Amino acid sequence: MEVAESDTNAAPAVRTKGIGAYISANLRQYGLLFALIAVMVFFQIVTDGTLLRAVNVTNLLLQNSYIIIMALGMLVVIVSGNIDLSVGSVMGFIGALAAVLIVELNQPVILTILICLVTGGLIGAAQGYWVAYWKIPSFIVTLAGMLVFRGLSLWLLEGQSVGPFPKEFQLIATGFVPDIFPAGLGVWLAEMFGARKVNVLALVTGIAAAALVVWIGLRQRAQNKAYGIEDEPKSFFIARTAIIAAALIFVMYKLSLFRGMPNVLITMGVLTVIYAFITETTTVGRRIYALGGNQKAAKLSGIKTERLTFLAFANMGVLAAAAGLVFAARLNTATPKAGFALELDVIAAVFIGGASMSGGVGTIVGAVVGAFLMGVLNNGMSIMGIGIDYQQMIKGLVLLAAVIFDVYNKNKQG
Amino acid sequence: MALLSMQNISKTFPGVKALDRVSLDVQKGEIHAVVGENGAGKSTLMKILSGVYAHGDYDGDILFDGKPARFAGISDSEKQGIIIIHQELALVPQLSIAENIFLGNECASKGVIDWRRTNQFTEELLAKVGLVEAPTTKVDNIGVGKQQLVEIAKALSKDVKLLILDEPTAALQENDSRKLLDLMLDLKAQGVTCIIISHKLNEVRYVADSVTVIRDGMTVSKLDASKGLSEDEIVRDMVGRDMTHRFPDHKRTPGKVLLEVEGWNVWHPEHAERQVIRDASFNVRAGEVVGIAGLMGSGRTELAMSIFGRSYGRNISGEVRLNGKPVDVSSVDRAIDAGISYVTEDRKALGLVLDETIRFNTTLANLEGVSSGSVLKRNEETKVAERYREALAIRTPSVFQKAVNLSGGNQQKVVLAKWLFTAPEVLILDEPTRGIDVGAKYEIYSIINDLAAEGKGVVMISSEMPELLGMCDRIYVMNEGALVGELAAGDASQERIMSLIVNE
Repeated sequence: MEVAESDTNAAPAVRTKGIGAYISANLRQYGLLFALIAVMVFFQIVTDGTLLRAVNVTNLLLQNSYIIIMALGMLVVIVSGNIDLSVGSVMGFIGALAAVLIVELNQPVILTILICLVTGGLIGAAQGYWVAYWKIPSFIVTLAGMLVFRGLSLWLLEGQSVGPFPKEFQLIATGFVPDIFPAGLGVWLAEMFGARKVNVLALVTGIAAAALVVWIGLRQRAQNKAYGIEDEPKSFFIARTAIIAAALIFVMYKLSLFRGMPNVLITMGVLTVIYAFITETTTVGRRIYALGGNQKAAKLSGIKTERLTFLAFANMGVLAAAAGLVFAARLNTATPKAGFALELDVIAAVFIGGASMSGGVGTIVGAVVGAFLMGVLNNGMSIMGIGIDYQQMIKGLVLLAAVIFDVYNKNKQG
Repeated sequence: MALLSMQNISKTFPGVKALDRVSLDVQKGEIHAVVGENGAGKSTLMKILSGVYAHGDYDGDILFDGKPARFAGISDSEKQGIIIIHQELALVPQLSIAENIFLGNECASKGVIDWRRTNQFTEELLAKVGLVEAPTTKVDNIGVGKQQLVEIAKALSKDVKLLILDEPTAALQENDSRKLLDLMLDLKAQGVTCIIISHKLNEVRYVADSVTVIRDGMTVSKLDASKGLSEDEIVRDMVGRDMTHRFPDHKRTPGKVLLEVEGWNVWHPEHAERQVIRDASFNVRAGEVVGIAGLMGSGRTELAMSIFGRSYGRNISGEVRLNGKPVDVSSVDRAIDAGISYVTEDRKALGLVLDETIRFNTTLANLEGVSSGSVLKRNEETKVAERYREALAIRTPSVFQKAVNLSGGNQQKVVLAKWLFTAPEVLILDEPTRGIDVGAKYEIYSIINDLAAEGKGVVMISSEMPELLGMCDRIYVMNEGALVGELAAGDASQERIMSLIVNE
């Protein structure tokens, strides 16, 4: 206690910290990124390059899209100090609802999507109501929700699979954004890369996104400097930004060689940016961190903690519904088993991404990277032909290792 | 004969020298006080003594009972009869007194507890510490003062040779503190050696036979009570400078009435039939500091929190007026908007998000002030945090330091900064100097004076009567949920306040 409190002494320790100290202070962030890269390199080698083939990269994105969409909402719920175990069931239920509306009741696709999203929001709100205003632990409320909505989808589908969906609904998950650039450009580029064809839009988007990342990074750095805020070492900034920019261009390049950008990628990308913005730079985001960090202090600071908790769950419901639509469209059928145990993958992704069980800690980017890490593990092991039994064990151990790493780091710093 | 001799103890944490060749000698059968400001190194020293920092983690030698002591953990030091009672009590609230006393040390054979023996022993121990409670009473149902006694009984059950009490009276009120100190003298008569760590110098003078003063990780002085202890001398050694005035000079000319509370009634949030606040009425003028004195549990915090957005209690009735007009204080954000701030007595649990930065905490109650259209302007935020860091002299390398890393006094300043940034007209300060050292207290007093000089109304709740007498223009006395008296600064004295409480 005494050490932490002797702040005058702590000053030089912070100011003179070198690169080594910087790494150890931010080990979690970099560790996650490096883990993802390491895992990808490993599987790229052992699968003889299958992992990063254009088709498989596209597949990886499609396979994990619904996990990532839900991880965004789950991150908010977990940062607020709660948990939602019902998302897998809700996702399945919404898929079932969509199937019944479209296939059995012949409703238009747009109307169905709207009804499904609203229903998801209402489900989240209903659960959030008990958690926020009745102070019932979210674990219990959403455990109940998990059972209820699992049962409801069984009931709705009468135990059967319902499908197939019309083409326009399937496009949610399986569609690709058409190239808007003249075809000649694609052919010319394809010759240059020695590929069959190139989707120029995907490539251009990748380069634009990379440029945006660099620009935002530079701007932030300049501002930090202007305000005398301590920043990461220059070499780190360059390396990190370069890796992210290169990864963006690389992924988009791969996609451009196949069929371009999947529609889901756009949804996912836009949602990720929106949620990262909300959590990091808006008052609502700030209040959610305060709520999870110290609920009583937040409440005494005039923050409407109940309403925020309620909104976090309602938001989770909408995102679970969106994921349910994507999932059903991808499978082209709604089954009573859809989304089974998926909540665990979502929660695992968020914790691997560095969120804390007790709330107040975690980032959107971390959750997304965590989800991709799990996704690459799943995908890589499947390509290698590793059985589902080993896959489960390995995923479990990765989750445990990530959290142990967190706790170890925290103890070392404290 | 020396029971304990710690020689040239040094302990270094990464980048910080916490202890620098500290020595501490405790004679058998004496009460030895260790005093020093927060952060001076007292707790680190006690952690070394009790084995929390194992032998090898520090430099220097410990001689206990004439033999070199090398503890690898707390259980080692406990075996030798060194028992430490921490500031935050380590009792399990759901268990009974007897269960707590024998926790980990049960009277059992083959894992089966002998309850008759347990309760009998417990009764004997409780008699020794003068606590009249059944051994089966749940710890949750007795007050902090009595819990402290249970801790001591627990120590006695382990055949204690050296009892260390870390700030034992920090959470106690006047009469309970006195009882505890008398018990220490009692134990001394029975041959138990004690080390007491305390901020309260009057208590040190009351019980201690000798005093070791620690400052900045070094032993500054060793004083012998038989030669007479002077508080001024101790304070000077603690802070390293003369403290001729404990309270900064102030001259106030209160203006018009700012805040008026009338006919305030509050019932207990769980026990609906219990009335916690009874028909309380008071007022504060602009530029005035008004004190609320009373014993712990008299309802002072409950009064303040129920006014501040109904943060406590139910069936609240009464009127709050600001500048003569009734205001809506039915939720915290409305109370803040109306111009009322409440600085909590429990900064760690209720005031700060400890794992977040100073900047985060400074702007938390007024995020609108650093955002446009609900998007945060983070550079603006940094500027605000920097401004308050300078204005309140918050000692930290940067505003991006986490609140948890600050000393108690600096944490308190961050909480104050948070509320000042809401630009309140009236501040209710609940125990604003609890658990912070002499130097920081003086700074907090200066801030309060500045606020009053700016024309704000300040309500100050405190258990330390000298503080109220030194700072306030008027003092209300509270007892059992009612305001039982009002004294002007000139007429107030500790005796008059106490007699108002007792006569009610």
